[in-house]
Amino acid sequence: MKALIKGTIAGLALSVALSGMAMSGMAMADTIRMGTEGAYPPYNFLNDKGEVDGFERELGDEMCKRAGLTCEWVTNEWDSIIPNLVSGNYDTIIAGMSITEERDKVIDFTQDYFPPSPSYFVGLAGQSIDVKGGVIAAQTATIQAGFVAESGATLVEFATPDETIQAVRNGEADAVLADGDYLMPIVDESNGELAVVGQESIGGGIGMGIRESDGGLKAKMDKAIGSMKADGTLNTMIKKWFGDDANVY
Amino acid sequence: MFSGCEDPSRLDGGAWLLCYLTTPTHQSFYLAFGTVLLLLAITAPLSLLFGFGGALASRSVIAPLRWLGRGYIAMVRGVPEIVFFMFGPIALDQAFEYLRHRVMCPDWSEPVRRGNDFVVCTAAKLPLNADPQWMHEIYGFALAILSFAIVYGAFCGNTIRGAFDAVPQAQIETARAYGMNRRQLFWRILLPQMWIFALPGLSNIWMILTKATPLLFLLGVEDIVYWARELGSAKTRAYSFPHPNWQLWYFLALLVFYLGLTRVSEIVLARLNRRLNHGQATLAGSGRMAAGR
Repeated sequence: MKALIKGTIAGLALSVALSGMAMSGMAMADTIRMGTEGAYPPYNFLNDKGEVDGFERELGDEMCKRAGLTCEWVTNEWDSIIPNLVSGNYDTIIAGMSITEERDKVIDFTQDYFPPSPSYFVGLAGQSIDVKGGVIAAQTATIQAGFVAESGATLVEFATPDETIQAVRNGEADAVLADGDYLMPIVDESNGELAVVGQESIGGGIGMGIRESDGGLKAKMDKAIGSMKADGTLNTMIKKWFGDDANVY
Repeated sequence: MFSGCEDPSRLDGGAWLLCYLTTPTHQSFYLAFGTVLLLLAITAPLSLLFGFGGALASRSVIAPLRWLGRGYIAMVRGVPEIVFFMFGPIALDQAFEYLRHRVMCPDWSEPVRRGNDFVVCTAAKLPLNADPQWMHEIYGFALAILSFAIVYGAFCGNTIRGAFDAVPQAQIETARAYGMNRRQLFWRILLPQMWIFALPGLSNIWMILTKATPLLFLLGVEDIVYWARELGSAKTRAYSFPHPNWQLWYFLALLVFYLGLTRVSEIVLARLNRRLNHGQATLAGSGRMAAGR
């Protein structure tokens, strides 16, 4: 036990020393840490350079520029993305997260930066699939998982979006329910193996998640999104990443 | 990495594969093997230290120390690992930040806990928001090591306590008869013989620890299993190197790594076992086991 206490104190001393070193080297600039998943193209993904890339990267960088903030990108598992925000490991969630009442009880959302867009059921092509009674895959803690659970179908949940597609490919699930914008490139590139078997409108738009106690940051980000909506840059960005048919403002 | 890799869509065959296997994300994957080995190299002795401390405390003649040692071993062993790794590091992190907050921002009037939020003053953040990402990663890594050491230390503690109790009473009595004091008895008789009984249990814990590193990703540390899953998953044309699901190949590489690690561990542990038993009054020490090998 002595060792435990010693270790804790040593760790504490080390980390205090570390940040002390950093503090002396710089002024207290406004740095915001942007939390994302990094596994949900085209919203956000890790490119081959190992950097966060995608629609939300471009959008987030522009928002930070307009709000006069320095932004640092971090990835976190989808499962624990909200607990890590409220405990302060990063300051925003920008990860294709739909604004829902349930989430709004725990965190705050900015105004939406992506209009509501339909979710698709995707299954193996050429099979008759019962999306209301079959086995449907969805990512854990998504609005789609919530929808399937209430629809009467059997829900199988996975931690990452990629695993939900695998479940359909290897027959574990009859279909997957996810955002159409995520599924369409996968269906298009599957050489006819996968097909859209249904469509559902669930959830509102996508917003940026911010701690409830962080009202100042929320106001800044709200303003940045507002100005990007007003001058049309947001629409251009949406069309660039989601195609010309995407819903815009 | 290589000059020809800028436009992968125009490459094919070997050149494509070479470029693919040397992307920065793949380099992170290769580096993660080092991360895992480093974690093991630091965690194993630290766990042993925690375990040794726990075992000594739980056998102490001072009652509060004994309760502390027994409490530590019983409580940590009883909590499921995944629960500990989900909440342990966040709790440790918040405890550190709260201590710093009390020291560095004594004038702060607002509460630290606001609803679901945990808010400390900017200067007390650990690491600071403005710190570069590598510092956040090192901090996460340190939290991971501490959590691993606390959990596996408790298992080591129980093994070591049992090993102390397994040293034959006759050895102690003989040592006393020779006039050894408590200190001499501990260092010359009890400790060297204790390791013989502890080693099989400790080697089990080591083998479990080598395979527990995927829990690292819960702590935000990207280990080899995370990268194998991420790199192996099917990639659409949003990426520069589109490919179908190749996870099988990545996990085969991990299989080879873990089998190699297991083999090396077995060789080292066998050698250690032989050395510890040398000249001891055990079956293995008397040389009779040699025929069975």
